[in-house]
Amino acid sequence: MTKAITVSGLHKSFGRTHALDGLDLDVETGEVHGFLGPNGAGKSTTIRVLLGLLRADAGAARVLGRDPWADAVEVHRRIAYVPGDVTLWRNLSGGEVIDLYGRLRGGLDPRRRAELTERFELDPAKKGRTYSRGNRQKVALVAAFASDVDLLILDEPTSGLDPLMEEVFQRCVEEERDRGRTVLLSSHILSEVEELCDRVSIIRGGRTVESGSLADLRHLTRTSVSAELAGPPNGLADLPGVHDLDIQGRRVRLQVDTDKLDGVLRQLGESGVRSLTSTPPTLEELFLRHYQEEPAGPAERNEVAR
Amino acid sequence: MTTLAMRASSRSRQLAGTGTLLRFALRRDRVTTPVWVAVNALMVLSMPGTLRGLYGTTAERVGLVDQLESNASFRALIGPVFDTSVGALTAWRVGVYAAALGAAMSLLIVVRHTRDEEESGRQELVASGAVGRRAPLTAALLAAAVADAALALLVTAGLAGQGAGGALAFGLGLAGVGMVFATMAAIVAQLTESARLARGLTAAVLGAAFVLRAAGDSATDGGTSQAFGTGGGSSPLTWLSPLGWLENLRSFADERWWVLALFAAAVAAQAVVAYALAGRRDIGMSFLPTRPGPATGRLGTAGALAWRLQRGGVLGWSIGFFLAGVVYGGLTDGAADLVRDNDSARRIFERMGGQSGLTDAFLASMTGMLGLIAALYVVASVLRLHGEETSGRVEPVLACAVGRLRWAASHLTIAFGGSALIITLAGLGFAVGYGREVVPILGACLVQLPAVWVIGGAAVLLYGVAPRLAPAAWGVAVAVLLIGWVGPALDAPRIVLDLSPFGHLPKLPGGAMQWTPVLTLTGVAVALVAAGLAALRRRDLAG
Repeated sequence: MTKAITVSGLHKSFGRTHALDGLDLDVETGEVHGFLGPNGAGKSTTIRVLLGLLRADAGAARVLGRDPWADAVEVHRRIAYVPGDVTLWRNLSGGEVIDLYGRLRGGLDPRRRAELTERFELDPAKKGRTYSRGNRQKVALVAAFASDVDLLILDEPTSGLDPLMEEVFQRCVEEERDRGRTVLLSSHILSEVEELCDRVSIIRGGRTVESGSLADLRHLTRTSVSAELAGPPNGLADLPGVHDLDIQGRRVRLQVDTDKLDGVLRQLGESGVRSLTSTPPTLEELFLRHYQEEPAGPAERNEVAR
Repeated sequence: MTTLAMRASSRSRQLAGTGTLLRFALRRDRVTTPVWVAVNALMVLSMPGTLRGLYGTTAERVGLVDQLESNASFRALIGPVFDTSVGALTAWRVGVYAAALGAAMSLLIVVRHTRDEEESGRQELVASGAVGRRAPLTAALLAAAVADAALALLVTAGLAGQGAGGALAFGLGLAGVGMVFATMAAIVAQLTESARLARGLTAAVLGAAFVLRAAGDSATDGGTSQAFGTGGGSSPLTWLSPLGWLENLRSFADERWWVLALFAAAVAAQAVVAYALAGRRDIGMSFLPTRPGPATGRLGTAGALAWRLQRGGVLGWSIGFFLAGVVYGGLTDGAADLVRDNDSARRIFERMGGQSGLTDAFLASMTGMLGLIAALYVVASVLRLHGEETSGRVEPVLACAVGRLRWAASHLTIAFGGSALIITLAGLGFAVGYGREVVPILGACLVQLPAVWVIGGAAVLLYGVAPRLAPAAWGVAVAVLLIGWVGPALDAPRIVLDLSPFGHLPKLPGGAMQWTPVLTLTGVAVALVAAGLAALRRRDLAG
């Protein structure tokens, strides 16, 4: 598969703050790629580099095979972008803005526009200043989904939407994937990421700390196991990858690195298993672990603007 | 607790937090308000010296007043004179303008701290604190009152040498006009959802007040006969306008103190209405509903968007410049007569206009003044780029297939083309008002353009290099304005006058057309724009 986005070793500083510190990102064509990280990790800075709004200090970025800075206009013909905080002109109606964005991208499917306006329950006749935050986001979302583009870059696009609209949004992203379009989705809503994303990249302090499919990432974390055994447990403490071991008589609770689960089960089996529950890591645990971990670099770089 | 005490305590709760909000408002305005007050007070306080320089003796001042009396268009523009003292002439010369400036300051302060806050949503967070329902409006009005009081204090102290009573009356009158428009803005801010509209509507009321006063004053036989003789009243039209009240206060000419009661009554009445309206609506809502717009749009290019965003401004400036041309054109003959007999006034006009024919000198100085004002238009228009960028609205536009240069060019076309348009319209206005020498006067207007464009080019360069530098373009425009306006009156040295691009323009009509400075300035403007755009292309966008 060809890559829709390739980024390697991207650096960007604002004064003395290092927003990006050697960031890597690969997005395959046709996939929905989750882009995750705590506030200030550099997600929006990366996106603004990909849009050619910022110029990287060092490193390479290609979007749809082109340089996003030098070939900005050409690249943008095939991109739709939804910012996290949509600001509209006070005196232009939502409908005018949708059509404007669509035409500036080089065309808009009027049937799809009408359908999306209905699905998102957006009143396009209202003026920009009268929209709530969620409705401003709907304006940008309708414009993006109704555009005929190859790549959608969505920067926390659902932070103002209610759960029903969140549902509509997820359906729309799935439809885009079914049409073979690529989506880069920056999000904090883990259920959304789990539902939609084929692969995710987690960044922290301006670097990529993890990248891969959700299954891959799960593999890297711990599974909780609790068991009631027929005989006294033994040898568990010596196994590699076992943490937080808690033995009370014949009851055992422990955490184990998921790729070491096999050994634990064998050991438990030797004592005879009466009951067993094994809980895979939740996404929250997955992300919390990555968010909280000290970054590989020497300095904390949390103060960086998004 | 008794009912009375409960009511009193509920009233005091409605004002809870006013002190904190007021301090906060004053802190936010710590630069703008002092600048407004200082510029206004300077304009007023420099006037006695200027007048004394021009009309040093009582005989000269009597001569001036006699001529003014017979000139209805001057009465309309500035108002009637009531006495020949320097103080009375100062109040006459600057009264209406100082009052209008103070009114503009006051209405901007009030809207900024009421409707602006609500429209932006900031008010909600503030209101969720321990803040009374009436506190925000009260704090806004008090912030305006502080500014107006500072103006009154400076003016009274500075003019006290011309007569303490007159100085006090004049200072209080200025503050009175300011507070009338502060409370007016407080009402309008309840009516509209948009701060911009609230400012526009209140400014329109101010404009109407100016027109009413002008119409009333030109309808009467001149103020001097009233002052010197027993004095008839002003026209009823004048009495309808707060600016007319200031005039009827007759500072430095046997003050009519009771007129101050009119200001107090108007302020009190308007405040009552504003509070009543504010208490009857929800936060963020307004009494005038916002009309819905079209569900589908026709905008499809960056140029169309820029025009849509700027067309209102272009229209307003066009009307203003055309009318200014008509008014100044109409004044030309009278003005030339007025200064003919006074050597120093003639010299100032000749320095501004740059030649000896008095009519030509007046026309040249007026077209030059319009050129200076057009510099304000071009800066405001260029800085729309800055507003679009810092508000975050440009980001999604530039994420479409729109290059930075095309986006910038669409706004700059309106900035630079628009300045040509408004200046041409001013020239046509002169043709209507003066009726002669249409082509030379049009040429005199158009010759201002290269200098206007240089100021616009400076704005483009500042914005292009770094958005946080962009507001400095206002500093450039105001500096040029001061050099052009005050420089000739002060007989400033050549080197200062040369700092302004306007100082290099040929003095038309009357003087000889010089192509070298015109082409040079045009070249400088082009170079500045090109450098600004090159810098814009290279830098990061603010987000």
